[in-house]
Amino acid sequence: MYKELIFSLDMPYREKMKIYGYRFGYGERAACIVGPTRGNEVQQLYICSQLIRILTALERNGDIHAKKELLVIPSVNHFSANIEKRFWELDNTDINRMFPGDANGETTPRIAAGIFERVKGYQYGIQFASFHTPGAFIPHVRMMKTGRQSESLANLFGLPYVLTRKPDPFDTGTLNYNWQLSGTNAFSVYAGMIEQINETVAMQAVSSVLRFLTRMGILKYNCHSGYISTVIEENALFSIRSDCSGIYRRLKNPGDEVHFGEVLAQVIDPFEGEILSEIISPSDGILFFAHTKSLVKENGVIYQMIRRLHE
Amino acid sequence: MQGNVISMRLPVGEAFHIRRTRIAKDGSAGKRLCIVTGIHGDEFEGQYIAYALNRRLQEQKEHLHGTVDIYPAVNPLGMESNNRGFPGYDLDMNRSFPGNPEGDLVERAAAALIQDIMGADLCIDLHASNIFIREIPQARLSSNYADSVMEYAKSANVDFIWVSESKTVLEATLVHTLNSLSVPSFAIEMGVGMRITKEYGDRITEGILRIMKKLGMWDGPALELTVPLVSSEHAVYMIHSQSSGIFLPVTENFKELYEGDLVGEIIDPFEGKKKQEIFAPCDGMIFSMREYPVVYEGSLIARILAM
Ligand SMILES: [Zn+2]
Repeated sequence: MYKELIFSLDMPYREKMKIYGYRFGYGERAACIVGPTRGNEVQQLYICSQLIRILTALERNGDIHAKKELLVIPSVNHFSANIEKRFWELDNTDINRMFPGDANGETTPRIAAGIFERVKGYQYGIQFASFHTPGAFIPHVRMMKTGRQSESLANLFGLPYVLTRKPDPFDTGTLNYNWQLSGTNAFSVYAGMIEQINETVAMQAVSSVLRFLTRMGILKYNCHSGYISTVIEENALFSIRSDCSGIYRRLKNPGDEVHFGEVLAQVIDPFEGEILSEIISPSDGILFFAHTKSLVKENGVIYQMIRRLHE
Repeated sequence: MQGNVISMRLPVGEAFHIRRTRIAKDGSAGKRLCIVTGIHGDEFEGQYIAYALNRRLQEQKEHLHGTVDIYPAVNPLGMESNNRGFPGYDLDMNRSFPGNPEGDLVERAAAALIQDIMGADLCIDLHASNIFIREIPQARLSSNYADSVMEYAKSANVDFIWVSESKTVLEATLVHTLNSLSVPSFAIEMGVGMRITKEYGDRITEGILRIMKKLGMWDGPALELTVPLVSSEHAVYMIHSQSSGIFLPVTENFKELYEGDLVGEIIDPFEGKKKQEIFAPCDGMIFSMREYPVVYEGSLIARILAM
């Protein structure tokens, strides 16, 4: 393992910000893994740190292909993590909306450019990211539909689901999108919550990446062969919305199978404590996403469901 | 006449409204102009213009023909809480148009605003830069739709009209969305975030009255105060900081800048040293200037129109 400085930025008051990469093997640019670009993606940081720990041990045992280069960048935005912010505090910009970046531009486009310059050109790119709407997902691999995505490759992670998404204008600044446009097979792995660490889900994500890298001939790691993923399009997810605002009582978790007519959540009057509304399942299905905050706004999405699918 | 574009309940004992003020004469026969501001919660320059225009139209209503709709606060939650964005949402509200009438709060608010403006003859979206950069009054036009609004932008009493190429990411702005729905629209940027520059507000208020004259909506007084420069006829230079530190502006004359003039300095309070002196790369006019003192390597210091 070789630790390399990928990008650094002088700060007026704080210590110089240094973004490091951990390189395993040398030669053909096989795979690159990028951790959190947002300061609150702690679960994603934890996953990357565990990956580096295991990869270091695998390398010691000679289980990483010596002529295939693997790069892991465990954290892009510790500047924000250390002040408990999601985005770049000064201007509230999101590094994961700034790719491919601008080496002569403002701070966050400059960071994005510094990262992208180093991470492009790999055959496979894996990013640990979180969605702009906070909440919890079933662990899944997400791909932008740029016309260059490959669902069959995404299947090799062995996670239960592969989700494809038609890019919105704001998606064009993500690392995933720009990786794909530059010829890298790009995948985003979504693993549970953001701010709290869930060990089980984290290790599931770690295994899925090691499984994928094993199947690509980059390393040898013995693990369960995982799922044959169900591929779904984001548009096919059914959004279940709250019909009123108030205190939110969530009754289900992502991954739960639910039935037509079942109560999925309650909204409570914030002053008088009475139940204002019960949100009923519109059909049988599996919950893919759950709103996890304790307050809810009228018409906010509280679950996304894969309809008429059984476990 | 006051009305709500949309009202929705918030979680704890409060409703959210986007309010509209309508000043109208001649019933529905005349044209309709929409003035929008406050999409970004840290921008207040438009508040004075909404006030001044509203007052002027009410006081001199005999000169008005048609309908003026003013939307002073599109993001009221942000404006009252020192948030540029819509509190609780990651995305810039000006990246969420056209919205979705079936969607969540922001999506529905965006859709309701578009719905309310639809059919107008012109829409002007007033912005105030942000807290980092001061802007002289300027109209921002995207090249795709510049032709349909150029004559109005020229009457707005701005110093400068910046026509830029449209980028995919900007397709979700209010102005772009309205233009694509055949409502001619453009944005005006002026001043700095969290402040009001009354002189700019007075100029733009007169400018809006001049535009109303062009539209046949106003036959009262309206002062011509500027003849704007257009970006397509000049080169635009951007100056970025080459070091991290504290920016100190030096030049005060934005409109008459000569090559080699000292624009500002980056200083280091720990060492008592200048880290960088920033000189003008050409003769011209500064139209954007750093306001917020903390800069990183790469922070925008100034934009200069070469002359
Ligand atoms: Zn703005």
